[in-house]
Amino acid sequence: MELLSGGEIFVRCLQEEGVDVVFGYPGGAVLHIYDAIFQQDKVKHVLVRHEQGATHMADGYARATGKVGVVLVTSGPGATNAVTGIATANMDSIPMVVFTGQVPTHLIGNDAFQEVDNVGITRPCVKHNFLVKDVRDMAATIKKAFYIASTGRPGPVLVDIPKDVTDPKVKVPFEYPRDVVLRSYNPTTKGHGGQIKKAVDLILSAKRPMLYTGGGVILGCASEQLTRFARRLNYPITQTLMGLGAYPASDRQFVGMLGMHGTYEANMGMHHCDVLIAVGSRFDDRVTGNLAKFCPTAKIVHIDVDPASISKNVKVDVPIVGQVGDVLNEMLRLMEHEGRAPDAEALAAWWAQIEEWRGLECMKFKWSDEVIKPQYVVQKLWEVTGGDAYVTSDVGQHQMWAAQYYPFDKPNRWINSGGLGTMGFGLPAALGVKMAYPDAEVACVTGEGSIQMNIQELSTALQYQLPVKVISLNNRYLGMVRQWQEFFYSGRYAMSYMEALPDFVKLAEAYGHVGMLIDKPADVEGALIEAFKLKDRLVFMDFRTDPTENVYPMVPAGAGLNEMILV
Amino acid sequence: MRHIISLLMENEAGALSRVAGLFSARGYNIESLTVAPTHDATLSRMTIVTRGDDQIIEQIIKQLNKLIDVVKVQDIQDAPHIERELMLIKLQASGEQRDEVFRLAEIFRGQILDVTDSSYVVQITGPGARLDAFVEAVGSIPVIEMARTGALGLARGARGMTV
Repeated sequence: MELLSGGEIFVRCLQEEGVDVVFGYPGGAVLHIYDAIFQQDKVKHVLVRHEQGATHMADGYARATGKVGVVLVTSGPGATNAVTGIATANMDSIPMVVFTGQVPTHLIGNDAFQEVDNVGITRPCVKHNFLVKDVRDMAATIKKAFYIASTGRPGPVLVDIPKDVTDPKVKVPFEYPRDVVLRSYNPTTKGHGGQIKKAVDLILSAKRPMLYTGGGVILGCASEQLTRFARRLNYPITQTLMGLGAYPASDRQFVGMLGMHGTYEANMGMHHCDVLIAVGSRFDDRVTGNLAKFCPTAKIVHIDVDPASISKNVKVDVPIVGQVGDVLNEMLRLMEHEGRAPDAEALAAWWAQIEEWRGLECMKFKWSDEVIKPQYVVQKLWEVTGGDAYVTSDVGQHQMWAAQYYPFDKPNRWINSGGLGTMGFGLPAALGVKMAYPDAEVACVTGEGSIQMNIQELSTALQYQLPVKVISLNNRYLGMVRQWQEFFYSGRYAMSYMEALPDFVKLAEAYGHVGMLIDKPADVEGALIEAFKLKDRLVFMDFRTDPTENVYPMVPAGAGLNEMILV
Repeated sequence: MRHIISLLMENEAGALSRVAGLFSARGYNIESLTVAPTHDATLSRMTIVTRGDDQIIEQIIKQLNKLIDVVKVQDIQDAPHIERELMLIKLQASGEQRDEVFRLAEIFRGQILDVTDSSYVVQITGPGARLDAFVEAVGSIPVIEMARTGALGLARGARGMTV
């Protein structure tokens, strides 16, 4: 067996896992590892400008590709800077392996320079974490980390590596384990046959059915199965913020996103349905509104890979634990085999009702010749990119507008921080996507507030030539905060106005990119076309949008889904 | 309702804090928690006494199962089970009170483990309620200090929680 040092083992393990890129930032505790990375050329390393950026890049890469995102940062502040990104990935169940440096084992617990308890500090926001105390455990631990991150309900796994464990002078026999055996971790894949049969009976008995699907469909690569399932039944389908793209948004059966800023037809459909089929969704509070008023007349089927997601917020009638793709396939097989179909008459009446709700056109917004409407920018972005771009977003009003006005027909195209709601996510996530798909169009829809939370990554974009398009909907306000203050705090706009904004055009230019200022509605389309023609340049588009625009419809906190504020 | 949850977990550093952290992060109640290695040195057994309605208890069990280090979880409340706890209690006793402590310890089938001219340390074992009853019975005799282990539990019968 060959003898390798910890640093060399680290690199070899990544190669064995098929990792092509690591996002990271060097520092004292990881210098041995960086030296090993330097001496090979299979695993590429992207040097970020802030560790949070590294985590979001790996996260964006993982969301777009379905592969595990990999991060390498140093001990202490390197690790703490990464925590926000780890928590972001954890809330959205994104497979990621984060390697942190640690002070040498003999100094652990001594308040050594750049020491922090990485395992302790990240425990509540990872799927699992490890401290490698002996170089002999390194390969097996990394194998476990990738396995845990990518199976079952995915999530981030942190591996903390003390500096002495990667000492180049200490060489040990290396063999990468083929399999992982963990007696305490065996994720369920196949759904229970009896439950599936029960679910099919209930689903086919529905008079007013509703499919409500989430990020689990995308994570479980079950888009194709979901589409076949929905089409066979001809049931209306709504998706959560995390689930967009799993079913083609341009299809008639799709009734839009649901929840706090969902469509009228989706939310009314939820409220009035008699059978709710939840697939890979977790009944989040932004989706359900007031739980006491949620789906008052529905029997609920819930398919999820994570047993803990079932009956956590809403008690369900037919729970099925398993990979959503497998379960949907099995249901389809049962229906096809038995030649069973839904109640066509009831369904026609239900569709008529849904079309009536849809007729309200809740997403209409007022046009203005004077000031750019943010929704219009997103619509035009959709047109100019042929609806086929990877779109990342930050957090706030622009995020909701991107979700509402850029209909996604494919999975893995819509990349945003849904669970944690992390401002600063969009730009680095877009760079991660571009790294994975250099030929694809990648747009980051952001705002002047969010973009400044990780704007330093414009520098990374230049270094690695990642020409994404930044679509900044600059309304000079922290828009979502302003909206809530308008609605619920009598217009007392506490700290939601962004004074002393930088000149974003000059800023983009200073970073070596192209900056554009667009302040007239008539210029929006032309500017977008021009920007996307600059294939090899990052273009920062500063759209001056209507500062008073709000996101509608809105289900206010404490209300039921049928109690929306429309425009 | 009160539940006794037993779990087997990998005997690894930090395993206890994963469980304790889960309870605090999700706002679950812990009445007591005990942990020690088992006859299989790779496993620790933990006994947690908690309170909650059925939905909360179901979530607690699912969330515990989700922890990678947790091998097995069992709510032993519903099945016939044995529950025991141990208490060491140091009482200030002089004069007539010395006889009283001695008598009470006998009634509760306790043991006196330490004696000075002004104090006793008494050991009482039994279900938690019996320990409470002893503290109550001691009445006006001043308690200097006490330590309780928290409950341990096993299901009755030949079958056990094994890997």
